[in-house]
Amino acid sequence: MASIQYREIDGRSGGFYVLLGALGVLVLAGLAAAWTMEHQGHHITGMSNRIVWGTPHVFAVFLIVAASGALNVASIASVFGRELYKPLARLSGLLAVTLLAGGLAVLVLDLGRPDRLIVAMTHYNFKSIFAWNIFLYTGFFAVVALYLWTMFERRMNGYTQRAGVLAFLWRLILTTGTGSIFGFLVAREPYDSALLAPLFIVMSFSFGLAIFVLVLMAACRWSGRPLGDALLARLGNLLGVFVAAVLYFVAVHHLTNLYLARQLELERFLLLDGGVYTVLFWIGQILVGSIVPLVLVYAVRGRAALAAAAACVIAGGLAQVYVIIIGGQAYPQQIFPGKDVSSTFFDGVIASYSPSLPEIALGVGGVGLALALTVLGLRVLPFLPRSLADGEAAAA
Amino acid sequence: MNPERRQLLGWGAAAAAALAPGFRLIELAQARSPQEAASVLQRWGLLIDITKCVDCDVCVTACHEENGVTGQGRPATDAQWIRKVNLRDKRTGYAQTLPLMCQHCEHPPCVDVCPTGASFKRDDGIVLVDKHTCIGCRYCVLACPYGARSFVHEAVSGQKADVPRGKGTVESCTLCVHRVDRAETPACVEACNRDGGKAMAFGDLNDASAEIHRRLRSEPSSQVRADLALNTGVRYQGL
Repeated sequence: MASIQYREIDGRSGGFYVLLGALGVLVLAGLAAAWTMEHQGHHITGMSNRIVWGTPHVFAVFLIVAASGALNVASIASVFGRELYKPLARLSGLLAVTLLAGGLAVLVLDLGRPDRLIVAMTHYNFKSIFAWNIFLYTGFFAVVALYLWTMFERRMNGYTQRAGVLAFLWRLILTTGTGSIFGFLVAREPYDSALLAPLFIVMSFSFGLAIFVLVLMAACRWSGRPLGDALLARLGNLLGVFVAAVLYFVAVHHLTNLYLARQLELERFLLLDGGVYTVLFWIGQILVGSIVPLVLVYAVRGRAALAAAAACVIAGGLAQVYVIIIGGQAYPQQIFPGKDVSSTFFDGVIASYSPSLPEIALGVGGVGLALALTVLGLRVLPFLPRSLADGEAAAA
Repeated sequence: MNPERRQLLGWGAAAAAALAPGFRLIELAQARSPQEAASVLQRWGLLIDITKCVDCDVCVTACHEENGVTGQGRPATDAQWIRKVNLRDKRTGYAQTLPLMCQHCEHPPCVDVCPTGASFKRDDGIVLVDKHTCIGCRYCVLACPYGARSFVHEAVSGQKADVPRGKGTVESCTLCVHRVDRAETPACVEACNRDGGKAMAFGDLNDASAEIHRRLRSEPSSQVRADLALNTGVRYQGL
């Protein structure tokens, strides 16, 4: 078995600094947005007492879900023993950590009192899935760091599989925790379902792999490293399977709701007359995020098609999370079933929401942070093989 | 004024002067001292007869006045601790109106989801937010089945000494806990009985001698979203 040679990216080209600078600008814009929101208060955002989680949460949840999914490539190599994926395992671990860091940064900076982060670290209510997630997220950093160490340190290579199994189990629990943030909301008709935990897990497979594919292609192209078509074709097939799995869970969720009389109004809202949410569901999530990528990876095929499919999965994934988080809140709570309800506090009406600039800047800033950390990681440590050409990858 | 009458008035004044501290002491004895912890022996609650609830909002005005909850003219983000909700039956068209606020559940979802424990339930059943440990994540706002919580979206001014508020934290009806601890009734109940339809009653649901306890035992009442089995401290009649 040929050993894989890893190497840092050079990081001396103008392009490298332009990329890092551009990502830095996004991070700064995000920080400025957070600073403004904290000082002015959240009334400057599109959020309200009815839509309490807005665009920052869409980005944060997307990044956190994608983070656990990005680790899948490494899991396939070390847990399921597929040697083809082994050269990609380090990058997979890196992305898992950086995407999570980006998502958490957004989540924390959106808090009403981000200055009280220390309180969240010292006061725990263990009945709260949120409190559990604090441990799951910080633990994920530690577990993936350990996993990466077993990959980087030759003497520790023998432990890679065990660390990989631990990381794989941890990520399954982590995404279960993220889905359960919504699944445990008993009083909200759009949530309140155990199905959300496995749905979030398959979403993570799909979103994480899509980001992984794009980052891998960009990193190899910009650092002049070969990247084999056969390897990409395998990743494309895998992406297709994951996209189909998400579609399956989404279909089961909606079909179940359509069967229940008390959920019909909700389904009518989401699927038929929910305005922007209906459009985002059918055009964003289903067409762009699911059908187009499936056609691209299974019918069109090829490198460009895979890149386009991955981009579509990311766009569709953001639309899906937007519909889940914001659409789910916009739909009025059924406090008095069977009654038309009105009040000065927007009871009984679809809550209005439009994303504000600070929210978008904060969310995109999180993406910028994740990618900037990835670029820096690639620069300082040998995460990427010198070559991922088909023959070498197959031999590895 | 003749001497007898003057003497009678004098005795009356003397008696009043002698008895008044006694009555005051009874009142004080019923109030909790600041050092005394809330007790599980009590369960404070409200009984709202919506057949008497009229088209007014004196409860809302009184609550917000009492607690220093002032708006900035931005309805989407201004806090509301109590609101009047108008109901109309979808099939029959039967219309009703009622005040809705924190229902002070025995099993409050807001307390369950709070990561730091800032959302908590006192032993006497009053659900509160610890303004020192709330990090402003708003998960409780999502979890509340009654839409009863508000996030403070901007800096607040004119706060009342008994009612701390703060930008970036979540708040809701406290059942006027500061008044309850002084053996007084919540502001909404007082206002409803003074200027409104006399629809609201306050008391200890556990106290067999309390009027609210007697009525709950002998008259029909219901909980909002009883299907969630939260055992609310606020009960309604006529719903």
